[in-house]
Amino acid sequence: MTVDKNAVKKIARLARIQVSDEKAELLSADLGNILNWIEQLEEVDTTGVEPLASVNEHALPWREDIVTDGNITEQVLKNSPEVAGDFFVVPKVVE
Amino acid sequence: MSDLLKMTAAQALSSLSKKQISSVELTTAYIEAMEATHELNNYVTSTTELAKQMALDADKARADGNAGRLAGLPIGVKDLFCTKNVMTTACSSILNGFVPTYESTVTSRLWESGGVMLGKLNCDEFAMGSSNETSVFGPAINPWSARDGEALSAGGSSGGSASAVAAGAALMSVGTDTGGSIRQPAAFCGVVGLKPTYGRCSRWGVVAFASSLDQAGPFTRDVEDSALIFSVMAGHDAKDSTSASMSVPDFSEAINSGVEGMRIGIPGEYQMDEMDNEISDLWRQGRKWLEQAGATMVDISLPHTKYALACYYIIAPAEASSNLARYDGVRYGNRIEAETLDLMYEATRASGFGEEVQRRILIGTYALSAGYYDAYYLKAQQVRRLIKQDFDTAFSDVDAILTPTTPSAAFSLGKPVTDPITMYLNDVFTVPANLAGLPGISVPAGLSKQGLPLGLQVLAAPFREDRLFSVARTIELQAQFSLAPARAAGELQ
Repeated sequence: MTVDKNAVKKIARLARIQVSDEKAELLSADLGNILNWIEQLEEVDTTGVEPLASVNEHALPWREDIVTDGNITEQVLKNSPEVAGDFFVVPKVVE
Repeated sequence: MSDLLKMTAAQALSSLSKKQISSVELTTAYIEAMEATHELNNYVTSTTELAKQMALDADKARADGNAGRLAGLPIGVKDLFCTKNVMTTACSSILNGFVPTYESTVTSRLWESGGVMLGKLNCDEFAMGSSNETSVFGPAINPWSARDGEALSAGGSSGGSASAVAAGAALMSVGTDTGGSIRQPAAFCGVVGLKPTYGRCSRWGVVAFASSLDQAGPFTRDVEDSALIFSVMAGHDAKDSTSASMSVPDFSEAINSGVEGMRIGIPGEYQMDEMDNEISDLWRQGRKWLEQAGATMVDISLPHTKYALACYYIIAPAEASSNLARYDGVRYGNRIEAETLDLMYEATRASGFGEEVQRRILIGTYALSAGYYDAYYLKAQQVRRLIKQDFDTAFSDVDAILTPTTPSAAFSLGKPVTDPITMYLNDVFTVPANLAGLPGISVPAGLSKQGLPLGLQVLAAPFREDRLFSVARTIELQAQFSLAPARAAGELQ
């Protein structure tokens, strides 16, 4: 498996991590090696095997549909890098 | 009171209840030990003023007859647990300055039982690493390093948690284990490390790495203490939908019940070619001890063992890439300003995450992306089921499984491992338990030729921590391991 520079840039874009051309080059080798090593999984015959997402296969518990938390605006905003009034501030997204 | 640091938690509780010592005295001794062992880089945040207050409160509660199960015992906490009003960083620069407004369920239970918080302990960034070297604060150092020699790794990811207990800078500590992050550092530092069954301890308020694998557990000086603190940490929590609604049994009987009549499995696949001879020897010794104590040793096969690491290095990064999407520079943590929202996300995450964390997010994103999902992620989940089935089959015949904890003793921090896969191999014996959701414990069982601690691992079927305690206690009694690291606080050396 090879992950070329462009593929690295595409994944990094999906993960929202800025990657320079230089770094993409290094990561291409790194990720390629790791994925090659992981490809040993292909040796395993998994025909008809149900994927296991979690060992906890019980149905998730139900609870009453009632409010159990809230009115903690101040706490929610407390660690934000930038706040205006009761809002998080982000760079402008609407033209 | 020079013996304060030598006491186990059980001994300290007995002395506290007889009024021979106070929690203030005990806590003060630990605060001094934290200062004396400062160079080990175990604590990333000390909460000494808080600790003194909690110790006073514990003494008062005891005088009033209201002492909780851990009243007055000084405990360190991996910096992955959110602690109210105490900075929590996951040892990442992206969370620098983050001060939670809430307390994790596990640590809440410790404090409600009278535990005294000493501070937050070093770990690999977001618990991703096996040497504590990915921490933004630099690695925790193993107290077993020679005073004039090279610094050794405390292991990872919970390196600070293991090192602090071994160095006498915490009586007990808590950490988390996603692929071996409690058991491997416990083995490297010569302490007992327990990874409970998936679902035993609530994950609420613990910074998430891989949600289907993460589990909190304790580091202690001996097996009895492990059961003591575990029984406080464990139990159902409505705030974690994967937390098991099972009662937590009293383990005091299990600790002393021995292994007479137990069937203990030895998996042939764990005899790896690249394993140090001294590890094989220790494993053989462990078998002998258990046999002498009345157990029957049974050769078993876990045929998919060799695929566990590759399986883990798809599943854990995939879950991490999803979990770590929340670090966006908007709600908490550091932000790097940029012109557009997307550029702000990208700059923030490139600057805030370290190299290994970025690598794993990228691997995970790749494995989950269109066109590769089936080949990598689904395949890994299928192999995960086969690994779990291997254990299900084994546990229909045996009560517990004995393996080495790590393929080697603690390694030097002087020669950084540049190949990620070499570092991943550290977890070869520990990862399968996480994939299968099993409880596992590492107990110090001997010393390498260089005089470094080596651990044996015991695994059991889900929710059978009682069997871990019976087997590990038997090994502990036979091994007579004594904690004496060169760089521990004065009186422990």
